[in-house]
Amino acid sequence: MASPSYREITLNGLWKNNPALVQLLGLCPLLGVSNSAVNALGLALASAMVLICSNTLVSLARGVVNTAVRLPAFVMIIAALTTCIELLMQAFTYELYQILGIFIPLITTNCVILGRADGFAAKNDPARSAYDGLIMGLGFGVVLVMIGALRELFGTGAVFANMHLLFGPMAANWQLTLIPEYKGFLLAILPPGAFIVLGLLIAGKNRIDEALAERAKAQQVEAPVQSRRVRVTGVIE
Amino acid sequence: MALPRITSPHAKGSNRTQQVMLQVLLATVPGILALTWLFGAGTLINLLWASACALGFEAAILVLRKRPVLFFIKDYSVLVTAVLLALALPPYSPWWLTLVATGFAVVFGKQLYGGLGQNPFNPAMLGYVVVLISFPVEMTSWPAPHTVGLLEGLQQILGIANLPDGWAQSTALDALKINKSLTMDELWAQNSAFGYLGGAATEAVNLAFLAGGLYLLHKHLFTWHAPVGMLAGLAVMSLLFWNGSGSDSNGSPLFHLLTGATMLGAFFIVTDPVSGATSNLGRLIFGVGVGVLVYVIRAWGGYPDGVAFAVLLMNLAAPTIDYYTRPRTYGHRKPTRGFKLGE
Repeated sequence: MASPSYREITLNGLWKNNPALVQLLGLCPLLGVSNSAVNALGLALASAMVLICSNTLVSLARGVVNTAVRLPAFVMIIAALTTCIELLMQAFTYELYQILGIFIPLITTNCVILGRADGFAAKNDPARSAYDGLIMGLGFGVVLVMIGALRELFGTGAVFANMHLLFGPMAANWQLTLIPEYKGFLLAILPPGAFIVLGLLIAGKNRIDEALAERAKAQQVEAPVQSRRVRVTGVIE
Repeated sequence: MALPRITSPHAKGSNRTQQVMLQVLLATVPGILALTWLFGAGTLINLLWASACALGFEAAILVLRKRPVLFFIKDYSVLVTAVLLALALPPYSPWWLTLVATGFAVVFGKQLYGGLGQNPFNPAMLGYVVVLISFPVEMTSWPAPHTVGLLEGLQQILGIANLPDGWAQSTALDALKINKSLTMDELWAQNSAFGYLGGAATEAVNLAFLAGGLYLLHKHLFTWHAPVGMLAGLAVMSLLFWNGSGSDSNGSPLFHLLTGATMLGAFFIVTDPVSGATSNLGRLIFGVGVGVLVYVIRAWGGYPDGVAFAVLLMNLAAPTIDYYTRPRTYGHRKPTRGFKLGE
């Protein structure tokens, strides 16, 4: 199998094969922590870090690991990296670490990470694997932050509250109150809100794909037809 | 060769869905009158506004889905959803609350699943639950009977001016839920508005909905199974767990039958042909399930009334009920379903 070009990897991770919108992987953290933008961003960064490092390491180890035991080996690598991230978060963003709680150790079981390790990194060179990890992490993170921001907006009328948990004191006043005197729509913050917003995002993506396909089709039809004559015998010179 | 001997006039059945929905709308009139008599014009304003919102949402989403707008609006099913929702919402709930509730009912509860006949949940109850868990304060503000005038009510709905503090009063179910120290007699003596059994407000309203429901039953719009099942389930549960009229009372069976949304639920919600069970036995099981769940939520749950939650939970169970209660096809043996012990 020819290794995919960087362009292909980018397109796949961000749109065509987006882990959150198309593969629907890693739904547990996607739905569980997306109740505010800061939680979503924190977990998105942590997951992306683990994904980049695990893809690189798995790709380096792909020649050494026996196929029969590859999955346990990959999980060991991912678990070790997750522990590193967990300790880092405990050291630098302790409050966020407490809020995200169980979802940080659960990065180990995030299907996006194991899926990319087995599906991509085990077959490709380290540079491509690292890049794939970056793009997949970005694709997952963008959707996660979008859901988080939308739920926060619908739920409280403001976005990016409490960003100091992640970026320190300078981010204390990053909160954007878009709808002043908002009553608060509790459903968006509660678990059903995650399902509804994710469903709407998937529907939106499918609609855009449909529109693109229609446009491509229309352009094809417009191409001028060279000859309408039916040729029964050989080529007429 | 036997030809059917039917003489003229051969009445042509027109749009059946439309006829059914019109009858249901007609049957809600006693309940609407009772609510209006007790709480003033708030109910009527709710009805008009909810209907307008629902028609708007339905038309908009039909255009988006590229479906014929007039054809689907003319079956009146969206109006029934709007009316049932408006009757369930507190009178004088703010305009945006009704808007959100009808929007969720029509767009998310009905059209996103594919329109009438495809929705697994009762749309009106879905819209109601969405606003109930999102806006608990507004949703528990029921006025005391005969207190709110037209103008001040309208101002409250539009959010221009608020009604004086304390206009909202706890309903009988609320009072029963938070009551810790009073016996039933003392509780009722304290609240003159509670009337004889389920609250002056609710017992009259429930009797009115019962009348409307009996009219629909008489017209054969639904069979007796689901409503009787629900009322029986509720009555049996409240009889079994009736612990007298002390301060820890769960309320008498008659109280539970005539309070809250019991009759509205039994005759207008549980009988929904789309989201309920299909066979007669299935309907009976569906109704009993709703009745039992309503009592469980009322007696031990976190909310004072539980008709909407009970209906949604049983909607989830309806496909399974249908699977196990499919009637035997004539000429075939009854199929065995599910697991059989000892095989």
